[in-house]
Amino acid sequence: MNTPRKLPDEGLDMGVTVKTVTRWLKGPILLFGIYLVLYGHITPGGGFGGGVVIASAFILITLASGERASLQLFSKGVASRLDSIGLLMFLVLGWLGTGWAGSYFFSNFINTPEAAQFTLLSGGIMPIMNIALGIKVASAIFLVFTLLTAFHIVEQELEDRLCAEAHQQESNS
Amino acid sequence: MIFSLCLLLILIGLYGVVVSRQTLKIVISLLIMNHGVHLLLLLIGYREAGNPPIVDPAISIAEFAASSVDPLPQALVLTAIVIGLGVLALMVAFCVRLYERYGTFDVTEIRRLRG
Amino acid sequence: MTEVLALLILLTVIAAIITVLTSNLLYAVISVGAVGFLLAIVYLFLAAPDVAIVQIGVEVVSLVILIRATLGREVQQLKTVHAVVGVSFAVAFVAVIGLFGIQVFNQFPEFGIPVMERFADAPALVYLQSGLATTGAPNLVTAVLLDFRAWDTLGEATVLFCAALGTAVVLRRNARIGRKKSEDK
Repeated sequence: MNTPRKLPDEGLDMGVTVKTVTRWLKGPILLFGIYLVLYGHITPGGGFGGGVVIASAFILITLASGERASLQLFSKGVASRLDSIGLLMFLVLGWLGTGWAGSYFFSNFINTPEAAQFTLLSGGIMPIMNIALGIKVASAIFLVFTLLTAFHIVEQELEDRLCAEAHQQESNS
Repeated sequence: MIFSLCLLLILIGLYGVVVSRQTLKIVISLLIMNHGVHLLLLLIGYREAGNPPIVDPAISIAEFAASSVDPLPQALVLTAIVIGLGVLALMVAFCVRLYERYGTFDVTEIRRLRG
Repeated sequence: MTEVLALLILLTVIAAIITVLTSNLLYAVISVGAVGFLLAIVYLFLAAPDVAIVQIGVEVVSLVILIRATLGREVQQLKTVHAVVGVSFAVAFVAVIGLFGIQVFNQFPEFGIPVMERFADAPALVYLQSGLATTGAPNLVTAVLLDFRAWDTLGEATVLFCAALGTAVVLRRNARIGRKKSEDK
């Protein structure tokens, strides 16, 4: 039924250049992502952009040195848990604002004094919300990417297993 | 005139969706439509020679409000882009599943092979 | 300024036309990448650095996903059926929608004047004037995203969560084996 096809190998034939450049760049890319998340309320960036950049650092590691290397750093179970934790953190932060009179869901319950404007610790709950969103977006995108790339291997495994099963049934009957 | 270029982008995506026979090509055409809508939203909020909506401590708030572009469409487009990535991954997952089942991306082939 | 913008969007439109007309899937993926990166430059010209950063990151990830989906698979559209009836029907369909679209686009305000200028109490104007004082964040896009319209962001996070969940369900490992077994019984 299925036509035989070549499986893309897991980054094994990536040259020395790609691997070396990845080793140098993965740190700065991660740092840039974390910077975007933390300073999202002062400079351009924010949870979404930072999360995507962090995820792309792990995607670069996956592409250059294989899936095993990146899954050791950031396994699928951890990614799915962090995905849920980020969303729950966001919800809890919104819910915390409803505690007292005159406040509402997602009200900013930490006031920023005039002197603290344009510094890192300003904007009330916004930096925390940015961190929650960053965790959420990074882990969701990395999880989706890992699932999509791991599928090639799964396909091959499944075909092997199904062939073996078919053989057994034939030999049984 | 610029708005009509935007409309052109959306219509090209629509043409791709209608004409294509490969599932992945349909997904890519939807991506182009997505891009066209994002561009349209941002163009609506643009001010001629405007500044980014980030408060500059050097100028007063009133002056800033008179020279900045509209922050609201930017925030909405920001979320829409990330949602687009998630939905794209879901659609590609469906395409990959279909390929694994039928060995082709072609919609008419898949219909013929069904069952 | 407007001319540069129009030129960049024109290049985007050309890349989009190539994407739709080519019959090789890999070419289509690469030219849709061109569309995305050109749009990132357009967003920079539109004074939207936040959106440009997100667009570049998202475009990289979606290109990698699309290339991984096409690699090692049959990318060439072998039977390029250019049936005259089908294509002309599609062109007519798109043209009708385009006619309606032009009717709508004629009503649009002039380019270069934001919509908030035309209404005295537009929400965006309030955000610009009182955003820093009420939220304490100079980046007003983040202020809109996380304070004024946090409900929207909550919905977005939920959609992303559901998309990841859906991908995990669609690509789960034992789907095919389970179906096979139920057929055997």
